[in-house]
Amino acid sequence: MPKDHGIGASTKRREDVRFLTGAGNYTDDVNVWGQAYVAFVRSDVAHGTLNGVDTAEAEAMPGVIRVFTGKDFEGVGSIPCGWQITDRHGEPMKEPPHPVLAQGKVRHVGDPIAAVVAESLQEARDAADAVVADISDLPAVVDMKQAVASSDTLVHDDLGTNLCYDWGFVEENREAVDKAIQEAAHVTTLELVNNRLVANPMEPRVAVGDYSRADDMSTLYTTSQNPHVIRLLMGAFVLGIPEHKLRVVAPDVGGGFGTKIFHYAEEAFCTFAARQIKRPVKWTSTRGEAFMSDAHGRDHVTKIELAMDAENNFTALRTETYANMGAYLSTFAPSVPTWLHGTLMAGNYKTPLIYVNVKAVFTNTVPVDAYRGAGRPEATYQLERVIDKAARERGVDPMALRRQNFITEFPYATPVAVEYDTGDYNATLDKLEEIADLAGFDKRRAESEAKGKLRGLGINCYIEACGIAPSNLVGQLGARAGLYESATVRVNATGSISVMTGSHSHGQGHETSFPQVVAEMLGIPEDQVDIVHGDTANTPMGMGTYGSRSIAVGGSAMVRATEKIINKAKKIAAHLMEAAEADIELKDGAFSVAGTDKSVAWGDVCLAAYVPHNYPLEDIEPGLEETAFYDPSNFTYPSGAYCCEVEVDPETGHVTVERFAAADDFGNVINPMIVEGQVHGGVAQGIGQALLENCVYDETGQLLSASYMDYAMPRADNVPMVTVDHSCQTPCTHNPLGVKGCGEAGAIGSPPSVINAVIDALHSGGFTHVTHIDMPATPNRVWAAMQG
Amino acid sequence: MYAFEIERPTSVAEAVTALGTEEAQPLGGGQTLIPTLKQRLAMPSKLVALTAIADMKYVRRDGDTLAIGGGTTHGTVAKEAATHFPGLAGLAARIGDPAVRNRGTIGGSIANNDPSACYPSAALACGATIVTNTREIAADDYFQGMFMTALEEGEIVTEVRFPIPEKSAYMKFEQIASRFPLVGVFVAKYADRVGVGVTGASNDGVFRWSEAEEALAGDFSADAVAGLTAPDASDMISDLHGTGAYRAHLIGVMTKRGVAAAS
Ligand SMILES: Cc1cc2nc3c(=O)[nH]c(=O)nc-3n(C[C@H](O)[C@H](O)[C@H](O)COP(=O)(O)OP(=O)(O)OC[C@H]3O[C@@H](n4cnc5c(N)ncnc54)[C@H](O)[C@@H]3O)c2cc1C
Repeated sequence: MPKDHGIGASTKRREDVRFLTGAGNYTDDVNVWGQAYVAFVRSDVAHGTLNGVDTAEAEAMPGVIRVFTGKDFEGVGSIPCGWQITDRHGEPMKEPPHPVLAQGKVRHVGDPIAAVVAESLQEARDAADAVVADISDLPAVVDMKQAVASSDTLVHDDLGTNLCYDWGFVEENREAVDKAIQEAAHVTTLELVNNRLVANPMEPRVAVGDYSRADDMSTLYTTSQNPHVIRLLMGAFVLGIPEHKLRVVAPDVGGGFGTKIFHYAEEAFCTFAARQIKRPVKWTSTRGEAFMSDAHGRDHVTKIELAMDAENNFTALRTETYANMGAYLSTFAPSVPTWLHGTLMAGNYKTPLIYVNVKAVFTNTVPVDAYRGAGRPEATYQLERVIDKAARERGVDPMALRRQNFITEFPYATPVAVEYDTGDYNATLDKLEEIADLAGFDKRRAESEAKGKLRGLGINCYIEACGIAPSNLVGQLGARAGLYESATVRVNATGSISVMTGSHSHGQGHETSFPQVVAEMLGIPEDQVDIVHGDTANTPMGMGTYGSRSIAVGGSAMVRATEKIINKAKKIAAHLMEAAEADIELKDGAFSVAGTDKSVAWGDVCLAAYVPHNYPLEDIEPGLEETAFYDPSNFTYPSGAYCCEVEVDPETGHVTVERFAAADDFGNVINPMIVEGQVHGGVAQGIGQALLENCVYDETGQLLSASYMDYAMPRADNVPMVTVDHSCQTPCTHNPLGVKGCGEAGAIGSPPSVINAVIDALHSGGFTHVTHIDMPATPNRVWAAMQG
Repeated sequence: MYAFEIERPTSVAEAVTALGTEEAQPLGGGQTLIPTLKQRLAMPSKLVALTAIADMKYVRRDGDTLAIGGGTTHGTVAKEAATHFPGLAGLAARIGDPAVRNRGTIGGSIANNDPSACYPSAALACGATIVTNTREIAADDYFQGMFMTALEEGEIVTEVRFPIPEKSAYMKFEQIASRFPLVGVFVAKYADRVGVGVTGASNDGVFRWSEAEEALAGDFSADAVAGLTAPDASDMISDLHGTGAYRAHLIGVMTKRGVAAAS
């Protein structure tokens, strides 16, 4: 019987009741008395010299309170970058300033030039239309290779180059890798593009800045995955407001996918403007603004070479990637193509020699940063594509080639600096063969062919590093932050519990799954536990939610705090029952004395803590509230194997995904239903990347895919029912729950199997000259590939 | 959006009067016009909503002709034309999503003449008549290139009149993002002729593929299309969703499939 509560139960998501009945409280639902509205004036050219901004007409318009330009921000800090990369030569990356409003130059379509604050949104927009920016157009830097090859046009003139950094990893291996590739029996080479994506959370970004003259307190309500991080970055680096005078609230957030991690100019603007005009200031992004101001994802151009010996053992791997940074460095942008990508290049395989080169490039495009998976999808995609290509070139079964090269002994130290604690890659691949019904594929292919369609089967494996991250390690790697997490477990007098967590839920279901853990540990009903998150005023300093870290790091902090609660409660129970503390056992919500029938209920212990009439006051304090900070000792390494079956219409090139199966090893699982939902969503995004989504700039830097008319989001009918299994479990060895994290796996693991399947389908139809199709594999691209 | 006035007349005559104001514009289902207004790409002083005019909402068969009121929604056409003219009902049933079909109107679609709109291909293929408050216009004279029509300022499409074909089908190959047709082909077979209307493809907007019409008039079979050379790729739209060559190729494929599917 599956459990019906606690760890391992598929408890229904309690937060869905309010989300599905319109009772959610999103940032745009926050309206502060007396608020004014902001309309930003954004650059409509990709690159230009900003000679001046004429605001006179706008200022005279009805309802206008004030018009701000870059000049107003001259004494204000730059939007900071949270990670510094050191390049191959030991030099720090180039780190240009990022003003809140443009100063001197505009650098991408959507770069904010001015902001009108008015009594109503309508008046703010009308006046924004009247602001005149005097811009001398400059040629735009769009293509990354050209940007590096020539310094004729520079995104940031002072840098003298468009190259942010040239990173080598592991630099000491470079020569050995070159030599191994030269001497290899076979080398498979693949050049590919990891397409630029726009995250498009359902809820666009919103910021409401408020200022209280009574206590000199600033409050920012914002659509964020990590309010404490925003408070630190914006307070310390941009506006110079100490933490005790700055509160950041991220209420219900309607999807983030990474794009709501970062500190954005609009947040700093609203907080700053509210202090200036002494009134609350609200900005709500339109969908059009979101396309040109939310950080984009991916955008890598890569060449990968896989060397093998005569027996098809992988002997070396070399990759060269151009990674787009866009016009400015977003908060974690430099870490994505480096530490979140290079360290994963070993994948599931025991390739002994690996060298990863990454050139990060400034272009006149929207900044690029972490997007669901962040670096790991890019690593997985190139690796699993090149292995598939190698299998074809060598005429061997792609699964057998993978199995032959699997890492099978753990812990395993890769040649790219990480140590996998556990895993069983054969187990997930075996499971995949079963749940994907690979045995029935030939029959399904024959059925497709009878309808005039080509059918293809693609598989891939993946490994990812999540549970981000050990602070001392990331500190060495350039992070300007720690990556611990925190929890305060507050037991109330009658035994109910509020858990204040630094994690933030924006779709992940923490309000359901976190209480499952606490309830299990204490043996009390889940509904006696509530989660409090999203407000710096009532949660301990925490780093937020991204990198599939919440249960692995935030959950571990909660476990530690709950352990402290149990220890203290046992002391109280021992006193109440006049027994030795060592004899006290906690089971099913009651404390008992081992070997006796004496027991005291959970609620009575809690009450004693807050009404300490009969209480060991000389030994312990009253009250029952504990805080723990947890810093992980390693990443966690979820892994798995995915299978995709597609049909291709040979006359039009149209691809449909017919079947999809995912066998994941997430270690222990708290709520299987939520985990399944996370995989479904991730796979939908992966299919979106593989077949539909593409953010396209033309050579002048104009954004061509600037609305849903041209940017194709995956919809329900693009995604088949996904068969999900997570019964292969090798628990994480270094966190108390043995969990690994599941939020990004679907998006990391799915794109290669889709493209592998498309190539397989084309080969089955005799189009054997097609060795690769870049994502998204649109009908036109597939048809063009078939034409040769 | 900029501020505007709105009127909701209940008869065509009142609507015509209301449209006499400078910068006034008719509002059908608003599925094209409202998004345009939201992006501040248009600034009408007054919108004259046609949705309250009961006389513009009907699907009526009169012998071999199906007459559809200009204010009839796609959803209504999908239901009520199904028995009389399944090809047209099938076209209407695949426009947008349920919300779009329950608001958007045939008059709005025909008046707007988006180069990727579905209805114009059927109107051309069938040799439909566009009826306005002042006159009747043959489809061949009505569509005049992307977003261009024979309509005068303030003229209202009150009805579209289709000669019902023996057999017909609409083949829509969707652009993956908007799901408008990347190429849409309407094939209509009559006793004495075949019409092939193509939308989504050409730089000149919706057009009749006359080579295919001729070939199919003699031999209404998929094979008759297979032998034709595709329309000139250089006349076709080339954008991030498809090259001109791809669109030209799809015209052949969709025509062939339309012939095979016609009922
Ligand atoms: C998400 C989405 C998907 C869509 N997909 C498709 C698709 O696949 N295929 C397709 O063909 N269309 C599609 N459309 C467009 C849809 O069919 C529109 O409804 C149609 O193009 C316009 O009709 P409307 O009644 O909404 O007109 P409106 O938007 O109200 O008006 C459009 C224009 O026509 C004028 N007008 C309206 N009615 C009349 C009239 N009776 N006489 C004269 N002028 C008039 C208006 O002044 C305006 O200039 C889609 C729209 C959306 C929002």
